[in-house]
Amino acid sequence: MLVFMGVIACYLVVALALPLYAILSKSFKNNDGEFVGLANYLEYFNTPSLTYSIQNSLTISIITTLISVTIAFTLAYGLSRSCMRLKGLFKIIALVPILVPSLLPGIALVYLFGRQGLIKELLFGHDIYGPIGIVISEVFFTLPHALIIIMTALSIADARLYEAAQSLNAGKVKTFFTVTLPGARYGLISAGFVVFTLTITDFGAPKVIGGDFNVLATDIYKQVIGQQNFEMGAVVSLILLLPAGVAFTVDRIMQRKQVALLSARAVAYEPKPSTSFDWIMFSWATIVSIFILTILGTCQYAALIKFYPYDLTLSLKNYQFDLMDGGGWESFYNSLELACWTAVIGTVLVFLGAYMVEKGKGFHLGRSLFQFLAMLPMAVPGLVLGLAYIFFFNSPNNPLNFLYHTMAILVISTVTHFYTVAHLTAVTALKQMDPEFESVASSLKTPFYRTFTRITVPVCLPAILDISIYLFVNAMTTVSAVVFLYGPHTSLASVAVLNMDDAGDIAPAAAMGMMIFYTNASVRILHGLLSRGVLRKTQSWRSR
Amino acid sequence: MSQSEPYLKIGNLTKRFGDFTALSDVTLAVFEGEFVCFLGPSGCGKTTLLRAIAGLDIQTYGTVDQAGRDVSSLPPAERDFGIVFQSYALFPNLTIEKNIAYGLENLKQPASKIRDRVAELLQLVGMPEQGKKYPAQLSGGQQQRVALARAIAISPGLLLLDEPLSALDAKVRVKLRHEIKELQRKLGITTIMVTHDQEEALTMADRIVVINNGLIEQVGTPEQIYREPATRFVADFIGSMNFLPATKVSKNKVRIGQLEFSCSDAAGSAEITPDQPVHAAIRPEDILVGDASSNYIDATVDSIEFLGSFVRADLSSPQLDGLILLADFSANRVRSENLSAGSHIRISLPAESLLIYAE
Ligand SMILES: Nc1ncnc2c1ncn2[C@@H]1O[C@H](COP(=O)(O)OP(=O)(O)O)[C@@H](O)[C@H]1O
Ligand SMILES: [Mg+2]
Repeated sequence: MLVFMGVIACYLVVALALPLYAILSKSFKNNDGEFVGLANYLEYFNTPSLTYSIQNSLTISIITTLISVTIAFTLAYGLSRSCMRLKGLFKIIALVPILVPSLLPGIALVYLFGRQGLIKELLFGHDIYGPIGIVISEVFFTLPHALIIIMTALSIADARLYEAAQSLNAGKVKTFFTVTLPGARYGLISAGFVVFTLTITDFGAPKVIGGDFNVLATDIYKQVIGQQNFEMGAVVSLILLLPAGVAFTVDRIMQRKQVALLSARAVAYEPKPSTSFDWIMFSWATIVSIFILTILGTCQYAALIKFYPYDLTLSLKNYQFDLMDGGGWESFYNSLELACWTAVIGTVLVFLGAYMVEKGKGFHLGRSLFQFLAMLPMAVPGLVLGLAYIFFFNSPNNPLNFLYHTMAILVISTVTHFYTVAHLTAVTALKQMDPEFESVASSLKTPFYRTFTRITVPVCLPAILDISIYLFVNAMTTVSAVVFLYGPHTSLASVAVLNMDDAGDIAPAAAMGMMIFYTNASVRILHGLLSRGVLRKTQSWRSR
Repeated sequence: MSQSEPYLKIGNLTKRFGDFTALSDVTLAVFEGEFVCFLGPSGCGKTTLLRAIAGLDIQTYGTVDQAGRDVSSLPPAERDFGIVFQSYALFPNLTIEKNIAYGLENLKQPASKIRDRVAELLQLVGMPEQGKKYPAQLSGGQQQRVALARAIAISPGLLLLDEPLSALDAKVRVKLRHEIKELQRKLGITTIMVTHDQEEALTMADRIVVINNGLIEQVGTPEQIYREPATRFVADFIGSMNFLPATKVSKNKVRIGQLEFSCSDAAGSAEITPDQPVHAAIRPEDILVGDASSNYIDATVDSIEFLGSFVRADLSSPQLDGLILLADFSANRVRSENLSAGSHIRISLPAESLLIYAE
């Protein structure tokens, strides 16, 4: 058992700790690898065009956070506290953005509000390229994440509190401010920090729709890919790490408090019908859904139009990826391969790792250290991780150097990038198991691996399936870490979207983005059916 | 309870969690076939001791010998015991049969033999028809029986039970007490049960080990524990007890208020020197109406509380400087003596029931 844990700990050290150390040390060196102290940082802070991005990034992230959390909260409130119709459908639609790369809303916005946009008049002369476009894209991209967190927070509300409020004759508004809001506050704060982190570290939206408006994430990309100034890239990365790290820490503290609330014994709240309230919430959910479907629909439209805006006939010509730069269909197949490997290897690694941390005995320091390493990826933006991999794996004296540009390094970086959420899912599932299972098994002289395969895995199967689909979907959509790591034969669909958009082939970029969407949507449905089948077979014990 | 070598010997066992000492210097012997209860308030270290015996949490110091073998540092899998937890820890994804067969399947026995053994065990715990169900489909009491069947399936030499009944309704609990005791007698298996419920311990155990704050207070039969509590803690923890500030006069004489009483010299009172302030203790049901012994006083009934088959009276007497005595009288007695609040009665405190403890 210790051996397993050692292996996974080694993985995290090699795939995370050492690359992060490499990027840190790089930021203190010059181009020739000599130590120059804080010189790079001084140069950075004396270059206004660069420091200006800090302000831009913060502004964009704060505005996005306010808008996204407000929409998510009102929507979640409607979904959990009203009796409106079509709740299931609204929930599915609101979660759609998870299935597409963050580049996609930007592309849709170009078609809607760009120079020749379908409804550009709605902007009253403002330019979509810049902060407006970025914020709209980021709201689209972050909404599902905020929604999930806030839904959870609202769903644990205690019906008894509402009954108490009612018996004290508190009105709807007063009840909202004295019961609902305080109960959901940790969820709201947590959602806020998650949205903030996602936005400040996102690179897809500002790249596509940012125009001349520079943010930290695009600066890293430009420094590295555009100017080959790796040292400055490292400096910007570390600056980006700071707000992301702070937001992450606060979020963890909030989540912990939320858990404490959860474990209290509550009676589930059942909403009662109220015509006017239900209609208001229904209209609001419809508006949000239209927003999401418009973005997605526009991309689909763009992908199917021959030559916007001159030839509006439908065709599949934009799907002939082999005729464009960006890696063609091969990049799509590569993405599929990456997603499958990530899902399989990642799930095994994550679940075993979580099992060791949870069920291991003694060896406290090692386990806390492992837990810390498992939480770290969440705080590290994808671009920073990707750049760190360049420094670490591309270094000529690294024996692992052969991995560079291969599918293997893409899998490693993706598993690492999304490790934390998967790890937390696994830990939560394991914590729900009776801690005495292992004790009983050892009293029955059963080796731990037999109990692991016969009890632990079957009982945790729903969580394991959730982890695998989470890793698959994210591997399909991620751009940030892999954009530095793909090679001539390992281009990816999401990267192809980026590169085709960069080259002006916006319609094929939209088409490729939609390919990712179809894939993720199908896999999600398949996963739903499969889970149901597997659950029916193995989890019959859950029903009484 | 043979006079031979004990089956289980615990020697000077200490367990620390960081700076906190959960058990200190526990020494104990359990004989073959015995049913022993660890009894004590919540948090006193009962579970910790049980887990040390099982090897689930290895002790900081001290030894555990089982069946003449030193198992002090062996992992649980190399020891010989079956265990039932308060939560039962039944595997939720396996049927009852599979749960019971879980340990048997490691023994490389033919499937038919396992099936027979499982059927026999189900019969033994009175659930012959339920083998195909899943744990979630059973009541708490049934789950308890299954956990017991699973623990004894591989015929362990020692059965460990950690608060096995505390998650059940009062009625089921009483029923299962008898079933477990019956089963234990039938199998003759050495059993240790942890409980914080004194009634459970008194009715089930051959011997009780009273633990407090990580220390053994007393080891004895239920009768000994109840009649001759060795320490003030045991006297207070088991049953109800009047404690009266008093002064020791001589070997078996004690002064309470203005009166001198003869008292028992049991319960370690020999170590108390005369003239030392002590507590005199007597159980409410040991207080008798009338002057049956020389230890009598005249008292007033302050109030009366009807508790079904008996009545609890608050008594006071000027001779006792206003101390309050609780006494239990049978309902019949109350009727025949015509007792009510304000009555004056003569009561006696039999010397053999009057114990003294150092302050
Ligand atoms: N793993 C542990 N770490 C720290 N303290 C513990 C641990 N297990 C038990 N304790 C402490 O040891 C004391 C005895 O616990 P336990 O044996 O479970 O009591 P009980 O008599 O109720 O079964 C308690 O104060 C408990 O808080
Ligand atoms: Mg306990």
